[in-house]
Amino acid sequence: MVLISPTLVFTLLMLAIPLMMVLALSFWTQNYLTLDRSFSLANYKTAWTEPMYQYLMLRSLKISIFVTALTVLLAYPVAYFISFHVTPKRKAMWIFLITIPFWTSYLMRIFLWKVILGYNGVVNGSLMGLGLIEQPLSFILYNQNAVVLTLAHSWVPFAILPIFVALERVDRSLIEAAEDLGDNRLRRFLRVTLPLSMPGVIAATIIVFIPTIGDYVTPRLVGGPNGLMISNMIELQFKKANNAPLGAALAISAMALVTCVSLVFVWMNRKFMRGPN
Amino acid sequence: MRGKGYLFKWYVVLFLVFLYAPAVLLPVFAFNDSSIVSFPLKGFTTKWFEVLQSTEALHVAVRNSLIIAVTTAIFSTAFGVLAARASTRFAFPARRSIMGFIMLPMVLPEIIIGVSLLVVIVQLGFELSLFTIILGHILICTPFCIAILSSAFMNLDRSLEEASFDLGQTRWNTFWLVIFPLVMPGIVASLLIAFTISLDEFIIAFFLAGTEPTLPVYIWGQLRFPQKLPSLMALGTLLLVLSISLLVLADYFRRRGLKKTGIENSGGFL
Repeated sequence: MVLISPTLVFTLLMLAIPLMMVLALSFWTQNYLTLDRSFSLANYKTAWTEPMYQYLMLRSLKISIFVTALTVLLAYPVAYFISFHVTPKRKAMWIFLITIPFWTSYLMRIFLWKVILGYNGVVNGSLMGLGLIEQPLSFILYNQNAVVLTLAHSWVPFAILPIFVALERVDRSLIEAAEDLGDNRLRRFLRVTLPLSMPGVIAATIIVFIPTIGDYVTPRLVGGPNGLMISNMIELQFKKANNAPLGAALAISAMALVTCVSLVFVWMNRKFMRGPN
Repeated sequence: MRGKGYLFKWYVVLFLVFLYAPAVLLPVFAFNDSSIVSFPLKGFTTKWFEVLQSTEALHVAVRNSLIIAVTTAIFSTAFGVLAARASTRFAFPARRSIMGFIMLPMVLPEIIIGVSLLVVIVQLGFELSLFTIILGHILICTPFCIAILSSAFMNLDRSLEEASFDLGQTRWNTFWLVIFPLVMPGIVASLLIAFTISLDEFIIAFFLAGTEPTLPVYIWGQLRFPQKLPSLMALGTLLLVLSISLLVLADYFRRRGLKKTGIENSGGFL
């Protein structure tokens, strides 16, 4: 208990108390330069009823859901490949290879997607070079597709890890048993491997879904005017607009929303997994 | 049967291309002799690297980032050692919830952490400085350090400790003479990872940076100027090489640590 206390105290001081203060701040109001500290729900009313914020919130939620789905779909086969098709000695190397991009040059990575997807970018250049298109495609940059793709790229390594861990834990003899009982590959996968690896998929979903809503760099760089998300608004309120209480209310609303969606997802999954048995 | 395996392999190859595309393009544009960052390539040059050498503001940002990253690495590893040792060796009330709470910054959006620290600092009337960024970085690096260190501590053979007690060593001596050397590679790996994360972290630094920018904050400011882009590509290349070297080194130490305690290497850092 004594050992853990410095770390715990630090986290309490730097995380719990600040979060409490954000919560408190969201109930206060800003009058130009002065802060009115009387309790008020005005910020939440603005955050939940004003069409602009409603719209941004829903769009962020939609983008996050798409990103999460895309990430998990991209990640699962890779995790499966590493767990089932790579020799045990090489597994660690593969996992390392996949995690490297996650730790390096966050800003430049996002910026380069702009170069890749741009009007004169890599994708358009090569498609035109191959003669597949005549005009550069303009629907791939500065919109929500670009945001989804770039965010999925950022988070996919983080999704592979929990799925890989879950797949490693799948008892191989169960798959053999299913094979002996006459299930083909697909049925084996659907009835044994997939259900048993579901905890990893759920972990991946939550690990990707919650932080995704908080990214403001990706929408800013590749999103264009129609790709902005709620975190851009939160940043704006805290910095340029100088309305920290509204920013706090937006941040807390966004967090509450993603937490609810995650809980519903976990609950549905539990129900679904129990269902057929 | 064979066809199926091939399909899988092709998918993974395509996936790796997707994953590494930005990292591969970075050096391509860094050495490209054109002031516009786009294809077709013009020719080979190292002049963008020379531009970096003569940019004073960049050197200040590098210095700030190094100060932050070194301090963050030391403190988050120290916090990580304490937490990892406590959670793997001792039982205490509410252990799971306490550990869950400490690991929370790993899944919390960074904007929330940045915003909440900003609120506290402004409310308490402190100035934004390098120190405030360090606090934020320690908070997000500690969970990663704990993840690495926990596996190092978990693999310790408890009988070694008991042997040391039986031979009359104190708790303190046992820690330094027996445990510390065994977990040393894990500690080095943790230091390197925390350093790499801190060096590359932008979102929290952007909220908490006062007048002194870190390297990513500096890069963010320059991204607006098209004429600065090629030299940013050069800078990005240098950082990429540095980060990858640090990570390779960290992985080497992590694996050596596992070997020391005789455990099969089973995965990455987490």
